[in-house]
Amino acid sequence: MSLLTLENLSVTFGKFRAVDNISYSVKEGEVLGIVGESGSGKSVSSLSVMGLIDYPGEVSADNLSFADQDLLSMPEKQRRKITGSDIAMIFQDPMTSLNPCFTVGYQIIEALKTHDGGNKKVLRARALELLNLVGIPAPESRMNAYPHQLSGGMSQRVMIAIAIACNPKLLIADEPTTALDVTIQAQIIDLLIDLQKQKQMGLVLITHDLALVAEVAHRVVVMYAGQIVESGPANEVFSTPRHPYTQALLASLPESASGKARLEALPGVVPGQYDRPQGCLLSPRCPYATDHCRHVAPDSQGSLERQVKCHTPLDAQGRPAA
Amino acid sequence: MLSFVLRRLLQAVLVLLTISFASFMIQGKLGDPVRQMVGTSVSVEQREALRDELGLNDPTLVQYGRFLGQALQGDLGTSYYYKESTLTVIANRLPATLELSFCALVLVIVMATPLGVFAAINPKNWLSRSILLFSTLGLSIPIFIVAVFLMYFFAIEWRLLPSFGRGDTTQVLGLWQSGLFNKDGLMHLLLPSVSLAFVMTPIFIRLIRAEMIDVLQSDYIRFAWSKGISAPRIYFIHALKNTMLPVITVGGIQTGTLIAYTILTESIFQWPGMGFLFMDAVTRVDAPLISAYLIVVGLIFVVTNTLVDVVYGLVNPRVRIPGYSA
Repeated sequence: MSLLTLENLSVTFGKFRAVDNISYSVKEGEVLGIVGESGSGKSVSSLSVMGLIDYPGEVSADNLSFADQDLLSMPEKQRRKITGSDIAMIFQDPMTSLNPCFTVGYQIIEALKTHDGGNKKVLRARALELLNLVGIPAPESRMNAYPHQLSGGMSQRVMIAIAIACNPKLLIADEPTTALDVTIQAQIIDLLIDLQKQKQMGLVLITHDLALVAEVAHRVVVMYAGQIVESGPANEVFSTPRHPYTQALLASLPESASGKARLEALPGVVPGQYDRPQGCLLSPRCPYATDHCRHVAPDSQGSLERQVKCHTPLDAQGRPAA
Repeated sequence: MLSFVLRRLLQAVLVLLTISFASFMIQGKLGDPVRQMVGTSVSVEQREALRDELGLNDPTLVQYGRFLGQALQGDLGTSYYYKESTLTVIANRLPATLELSFCALVLVIVMATPLGVFAAINPKNWLSRSILLFSTLGLSIPIFIVAVFLMYFFAIEWRLLPSFGRGDTTQVLGLWQSGLFNKDGLMHLLLPSVSLAFVMTPIFIRLIRAEMIDVLQSDYIRFAWSKGISAPRIYFIHALKNTMLPVITVGGIQTGTLIAYTILTESIFQWPGMGFLFMDAVTRVDAPLISAYLIVVGLIFVVTNTLVDVVYGLVNPRVRIPGYSA
C-alpha cells in the first residue's frame, strides 16, 4: 500500500515555481532517494509534505495524501497531529536545528508529550530509551546536556531520536549527513537504515550522494529545477539511466572517471527564477538537445513506477532515441 | 561564580573611581561653596579662614584623596542646603524613585513583550503596522511632552488622577516609605510611571520584534514546527526564550536611560525622588549632593548590569559564567 502519494504537486513563491508538478509515492518500509543539484526543489517538496511552507509559498496538488488521508483538505489541527508523529523529518544542519536554550531531554520529552502524553516518569524513561536506541553513550547524563555541548554527530543522533520518538510511519531525512564529516556520515546513515528496517518505516532520503542512494534506496527520484526528470527502481535508474541529466550526474561521479585526467561535468547551473529557458529546462545544458527541445517542454512518459521527462529518452546504450 | 563576582567587583570599583573623580572635578567648578554658605555679610578674612578650615585651599589631588578617604567610610559629604549627610538625603528619596522605576519597568515588560511578539508573528497585519507606527512615534516624542499631555488630560481636564507628588505612603519594614500599598499612593504613581513607560516601551517593542523575526527564521524553529508542537508553544517558549537574550542585555544598558528619564519625570510630576532631588541640587549648586547623586547612580548602574549578566547566564546555557555550575 502506498504510504505517501504526491500527484502533480507544485510549490510556488509568487510567480516562481520552486516545485513544478511532481508526482511520486512512497510505500511502507520503502527507501526513496531524492537526488539533484542544489536548488532543484528537493527540500521544498519535502517541506510541503510536512506542511512547513510559509507565506508567501503556496502548495497545490491534485493529490497529496498520507495513508489515504488527504493532507491538503484536512483541518489544520489534524494535520499538526500527524506532523511529528506519523510523518517526521530531520534536517541538514544538526548543530543549529536543536534549540540552544533547552536541554536534550527537554526537547525529546516535548515531542513525546505533544503526541503521546503520559506522566513525567514514563516520558523520561522513554526518552532515555530513545537516546540508547540512536547510540548515544551515557544517555543519563546527556539528558541534561545542552545542544552546544554536543558534537555534530551527537546532535544528529539527538535529532533522529526526536524524529522517531512517536514511531513515525514515514521519516523524511533532508541531507542528514551534509554537515557532518565523512566518518560520522557513514555512522548516521547506518543508524537511519537500521532504524528504518527495525521499524519498517518509509524513508525519504534527500541527498547529493548518488553512491549512497545506489546503496540503500529501493527507488530513486531525480530532480532538476523543480521537476522530476526521472524516477524508478534504484538499480534500473543507475544501470540504464533514461534521462540525459541522470546520465550526466552518474558520469560526474569519480568512479566513472577512472583513468581520465578530469571528472566529467555538466556545464552551466540550474536555472533560477529569472533565467528559465523555454522548452525543456535542461536544454541549454543537455548534450543531446534539439531545436524541438529548446521550444517545447517535454511531458513525463511512463508510469509512476518508471517515469522520464524527455523528448528523446536514452536507450540501453545511453544514446538518445531518434 | 566567585571569580565572576570578584571580577565584577573590581570593575565596579574602577567605574565608581572614575565617576567619583569626574564628579569631584565638577564640584570644584560649580562656583564658590563658601559664598553659598555664608552670604554677603562676612568679611574676606573670615571667608579665607573658613576656606582653610574646609580644606578648600589644599591642592586638588589632596582634596580628592580626602574625598575618597571619607567616601570609603560612607561619607560623601554634607549637603550645603539640607545640612545633612548627602547619603541620608538620597536614601530618603531612593524608595520613591525605585518604586517609580519598578512600576514603569513592569509596564514596559507587560506592553512590549506581547506587542513585539505579535508584530513579529504577523508582519503584514494592519495592527502590527500600527504598533510599529506607535513605537516610532513613541521614540520621537520626548518624555516631557508625553508627561505634560497626560497630566493635562487626566489631571486637569478630566480630573481623574492627581498631577503631582507621591500621595499617601505607608511605612514598610520600618525603613521604606512605600506608595504601593494604598490607593492614594497608587493613583499618584499612575501618571508618572505611564509617562516613563511610554518612552521606554517603543525601543523594546522594536527590539523584541526584530529579534523574534530573526529567531523565527532559524533552523531550530523549523525543526520545532516539524515536531508538531503547537503554535503558542513555539512562539512563547521556543522562540521567546531565544529572543530575550539580546533584550536582557539591552535592558541592562537601558538602566542609564531610565535613570535619566526619571530626572525629567520626577521634575514634571514633583515626584519626591532622587531625580527631582538632583534637579534641585543643580539649581542650588549643591555640589556635594550632585556628586553623591552621581556616585549612587553609578553604583545602581553597576549593580543592575551585574544582575543582568547573572540573569543572562541563567537564561542562555551557552554563556554559563565560568565557574558557575549548571
